[in-house]
Amino acid sequence: MRLLTHNMLSSNIKGVTNGYPLRLEAEKWSVKEVDLNRDFLTNIFPRIEWKPLVESARSLGLSSLPDDADPSMLNSDDFLKGFHHALLEIHVEEGALICPETGRRFPINKGIPNMLLHEDEV
Amino acid sequence: MPRPEIQAPPEIFYNDVEARKYTTSSRIIEIQAKISERALELLALPNDGIPRLLLDIGCGSGLSGETLSEEGHHWIGIDISQAMLDIAVERQVDGDVMHLDMGQGLGLRPGVIDGAISISAIQWLCYADKTSHEPKLRLKAFFGSLYRCLARGARAVLQLYAENVAQSEMIMTYAMKAGFAGGIVVDWPHSSKARKAYLVLTCGPPSISTTVPKGKGENGETCSDGDESDDEEGQLVSISDRHRPRKKLKVTKRGKGKEWVIKKKEQMRRKGHTVPPDTKYTARKRKAHF
Repeated sequence: MRLLTHNMLSSNIKGVTNGYPLRLEAEKWSVKEVDLNRDFLTNIFPRIEWKPLVESARSLGLSSLPDDADPSMLNSDDFLKGFHHALLEIHVEEGALICPETGRRFPINKGIPNMLLHEDEV
Repeated sequence: MPRPEIQAPPEIFYNDVEARKYTTSSRIIEIQAKISERALELLALPNDGIPRLLLDIGCGSGLSGETLSEEGHHWIGIDISQAMLDIAVERQVDGDVMHLDMGQGLGLRPGVIDGAISISAIQWLCYADKTSHEPKLRLKAFFGSLYRCLARGARAVLQLYAENVAQSEMIMTYAMKAGFAGGIVVDWPHSSKARKAYLVLTCGPPSISTTVPKGKGENGETCSDGDESDDEEGQLVSISDRHRPRKKLKVTKRGKGKEWVIKKKEQMRRKGHTVPPDTKYTARKRKAHF
């Protein structure tokens, strides 16, 4: 699972009003190189929640992202590279996603987050 | 073969064996690729070369996702079968896959997805596999969450094999209740094999962009009903020629004739088969030989 997907995911448990962002607890992750596409990054930027992205990237030891970001920064190549790397090249292999409200753990195995709910959570 | 939907729930039906079979069969791979290409075409993304973030609902082992990756798009796939997802990871698909039950809702942030496709998956929602399952509630949860996670004006193209008219109507009703505009596109409606139904839904109020595109092989003229009923009546009482005593064999000297051949070829064309063009040689008379 890439941080792009993590950024879009929220907790779907019944009764949870504020299920975003899911806290990322990564135990193992890998890096796979992907070609940088400026158009895609510009297009997706407005829909990215910046704070969760920075926080989860930092928990994986990446410090290249600034605390705040605005669209004008997309003209800088350094910023784009860091953004691209954090968003698309890091794959979380093992770990868990944690619902901020209920503390429920959604395990990640072999890069697949298990978001299945129990019957009483639907 | 009976429908897989009535044999077992999806997470049980697509076990290791079935998932492996599914992904190694060249026939299934080819069909899946064809359907996904058509779904992507119906998705009508702006033709500006910008990769999009798409959703693949019921991605399985990532066969349909491959078509999306080929076009350069990023995708998130969801499926309920662990065995299928394991194979997707094994095959190193480019998209991210998640283990999720679409009937429980998608759990994605609002307005973030540029388009969604689904290949042969949503009819599973119509079956209650557990006592806690209520198809109507599951359809409602699915379409509601799909509507929320799509960007305004984005489309969802869902190819489905509905068991009967009631089922496709039920699916359509819940899609409309969630706020979608759109309808069903049927490709090759005259063929039982090549026939494919796509639910083409647009997020947002009806407008020109929400008009439903035409299906393939739809414009061919239909057979006249009168002829058909006559044929049926004849068939009910007729004995196949082969079982008649030799003396009584019907012998038609004239054969079937050009008109009949052309009619048959037209029928095959409507079903989507490749048929040679009609020329002056079509059904021509042969020389008499001894």
